Amino acid sequence: MSKAAAVREPFIRITKRDKMPIWKKIIIYVVAIILALAVSALFIFFVTKLNPIDVYKTMWQGAFGGITDTVKKLHRSVTIRDICTLLLLGVALAPAFKMKFWNCGAEGQMLMGGVATAFMMINLADAGLPNWLLLVIMCVSAVIFGAVWGLIPAIFKAVWNTNETLFTLMMNYVAIQITSFCVAKWENPYGSNSVGIINQATQVGWFPTWFGQKYVLNIIIAIIATVAMFIYLKKTKQGYEIAVVGESKNTAKYAGISVKKVIIRTMIISGAVCGLAGFVGVAGVDHTISTSTAGGRGFTAIIVAWLAKFNTFFMVAITLLIIFLNRGASEIASKFALNEYASNIITGIILFFILGCEFFITYKMNFRKSAKEA
Amino acid sequence: METNYAVEMKNVTKTFGSTVANNNVSLTIKKGEILSLLGENGSGKTTIMNMLAGIYFPDSGQIYINGKEESIRSPKDAYDLGIGMIHQHFKLVDIFSATENVILGQEGKERLNKKAVAARIREICDKYGFDVDPDKKVYNMSVSEKQTLEIVKVIYRGADILILDEPTAVLTPQETEKLFTVIRNMRAAGKAIVIITHKLHEVLSISDRVTILRKGEYVGTVDTKDANEMILTEMMVGKKVELNIDRKEPENTVKRLEVKNLSCYNKEGRLALDNISFTANAGEILGIAGISGCGEKELLESIAGLQKTARGSVIFNDPESGQEIELIGKNPKAIKNLGIALSFVPEDRLGMGLVGSMGMIENMMLRDYNKEGVIFLNKSKPKQVAEAIKEELGVVTPSINTPVSRLSGGNVQKVLVGREISSAPAVLMTAYAVRGLDINTSYSIYNLLNKQKENGVAVLYVGEDLDVLLALCDRILVLCGGKMSGIVDARTTTKEEVGLMMTSIRKGDTKDE
Repeated sequence: MSKAAAVREPFIRITKRDKMPIWKKIIIYVVAIILALAVSALFIFFVTKLNPIDVYKTMWQGAFGGITDTVKKLHRSVTIRDICTLLLLGVALAPAFKMKFWNCGAEGQMLMGGVATAFMMINLADAGLPNWLLLVIMCVSAVIFGAVWGLIPAIFKAVWNTNETLFTLMMNYVAIQITSFCVAKWENPYGSNSVGIINQATQVGWFPTWFGQKYVLNIIIAIIATVAMFIYLKKTKQGYEIAVVGESKNTAKYAGISVKKVIIRTMIISGAVCGLAGFVGVAGVDHTISTSTAGGRGFTAIIVAWLAKFNTFFMVAITLLIIFLNRGASEIASKFALNEYASNIITGIILFFILGCEFFITYKMNFRKSAKEA
Repeated sequence: METNYAVEMKNVTKTFGSTVANNNVSLTIKKGEILSLLGENGSGKTTIMNMLAGIYFPDSGQIYINGKEESIRSPKDAYDLGIGMIHQHFKLVDIFSATENVILGQEGKERLNKKAVAARIREICDKYGFDVDPDKKVYNMSVSEKQTLEIVKVIYRGADILILDEPTAVLTPQETEKLFTVIRNMRAAGKAIVIITHKLHEVLSISDRVTILRKGEYVGTVDTKDANEMILTEMMVGKKVELNIDRKEPENTVKRLEVKNLSCYNKEGRLALDNISFTANAGEILGIAGISGCGEKELLESIAGLQKTARGSVIFNDPESGQEIELIGKNPKAIKNLGIALSFVPEDRLGMGLVGSMGMIENMMLRDYNKEGVIFLNKSKPKQVAEAIKEELGVVTPSINTPVSRLSGGNVQKVLVGREISSAPAVLMTAYAVRGLDINTSYSIYNLLNKQKENGVAVLYVGEDLDVLLALCDRILVLCGGKMSGIVDARTTTKEEVGLMMTSIRKGDTKDE
């Protein structure tokens, strides 16, 4: 028997495949999502004893629908708002990741941007500046703070070759401490240990409401950042330098590119866009600052950047999916009185299947039988 | 009759994606013979042997070992069948001793008894004439010692069928001769030996039979005694090839590059270059010979501004202004900004010369993307260059946008050499410019270099094939362990002389300086 086994070829062999046409990729993704929904349905049915179809319907409603028009409108605008912030963070990580600089500090860089925004909002509330000018000042200071937070690990990496993953991660905790210090300093009302809504009565330094929509400026900023970053990475010399440095530092040196300069410059940009996300988060969404202003989105953005292969336009689709899952998950948690874990499991299953697609796109499975026929 | 064959491979096919690496290849290896597997790069020599060694699994076809059909699913299966392969890149643990490396991955209680293993290693060495010190650490070994250790390792594991993948690529002529002696001893002991190579003279001097592959297909097998270089080349390439290098006498030579007392340390802090002085002339090819790691990399990189130097100077004589410009202390960008056209084909093609994930167009931009425009890249000129190179050098690529890392080694090299020549250099430095190229392309590269020389370029050619160095270069600078063994006239020297200089500093020379 063992002899027979020795002559047989292995059951599955994995080989790398050539480039796959885009339609095939889309089919794989669609199949993956259907499979994910099926597996989640089993989970929902056997563990929570709910009707999976109802649960999915509720998820959809949580993100894009609602029973009444007002709820529908609210759901949709919240979804779009969340997409904008997460997309900005994903876009911010694109240049750093393309350079193979693993910036895990989007969380802290966004927080620092938020702190700067809140600082300006609070201190310039009574300065009598026109709102647009105040917004510009807030934006610029947020960008600078975020950039500085990105610059510090970049300098250490460029000069002493420190580990950027650890460094940027640690910088997050420093940013959180600074934020909680500021929260304590600015707390309002006194003793509440929170900043409260800043300028609630005057709405000074808030994003304006245009066309009856609160989040128009969020959308504009996100679109501009996405398009600009795409062009920056694909069409400019600096984008080219980033790609070369990311591929091989030796090649970059050979080509006369100053690796240190590129690392520092790119991290300034990455941090600056994170700071911009902080500005949007504070002035355009929360109108307050707390240690949870970033709320883990700096880490979710890492998933966004990777799944989109650092292409900022793909990021739009990925953020859409992730925010949809988030919103939907919290909706089913509240409607069916499930705890957060149940809905997180569903989100996890869907993400797992999407990630699994990568494997099938890159590799081909050869089963014993099919190989013999071929 | 079948028992005569140690290995029989029948109709073996292997594809990678859409590339067919081996198409219906059948070959046999007899016990007690040395078979040469000859073919150009990309002809599937290594692939077919990797299937024998259990690294790849064939898509179709049968393998018979000692007359019995077998399925080799992993290197372990191969070992169990007595097949051992010595790869081009050694698979040894640097900080382990020879004995420890031999034990590595072995099952059984032996791993506890180092003395017994060392004794068996000595026994094997005595039997076949190897020279291995069981207690020596691998990082202290020369390339040739490492290779010997690899062979001892597979024999220790009981291999009767040995596959050597381009074993002589990294050896000096003397070391090659030594290797051939032990291979002959192994043949006498009844082992079946396969040598993968593309060096014709070695095929003729060592093997009993030659099997030739071309583009993944089996071409034929000839007895070595009936073969000569002409026949083999024709079978290998598929047509008659002129194997001539048209070397002209250097004309109008003027000093272009003066290297004086150059010394530098490598990353580990060892003296990699020790007091090197020479002149490279315009209109001349200066060969640089040495065992790999002799400082050739550091020398070229020092000139290119990529290597920090400890002492010495490199003076560039500008052909236009007649100025003398010091290159030491300048980085590649500064050198370029001075208008010095210094081209450099580094040894590490995808790790230094090119960006693997980018296509030909973007790789063409690498050297002077900064020249035009302010913010945005200009891709129209690089596109023309890429198309011209694809045309002239016959680069095989699905498109000039295909990432170069997906091209075969030879095509990658064509892209790199093509780009470096296209910039009309004053100095052209090449490190192993034809490594991995087939005969045809190699000769077209030699011709390109000769043309550059006739155009008044100072060419520095670091090469490993001494026959080519002697035929192509005007003078040869020989390095040994970072020191200069001397400069010889390529027209009058011999392979043996250069080989000797590569391994030992000529006495007297160093004292004179």
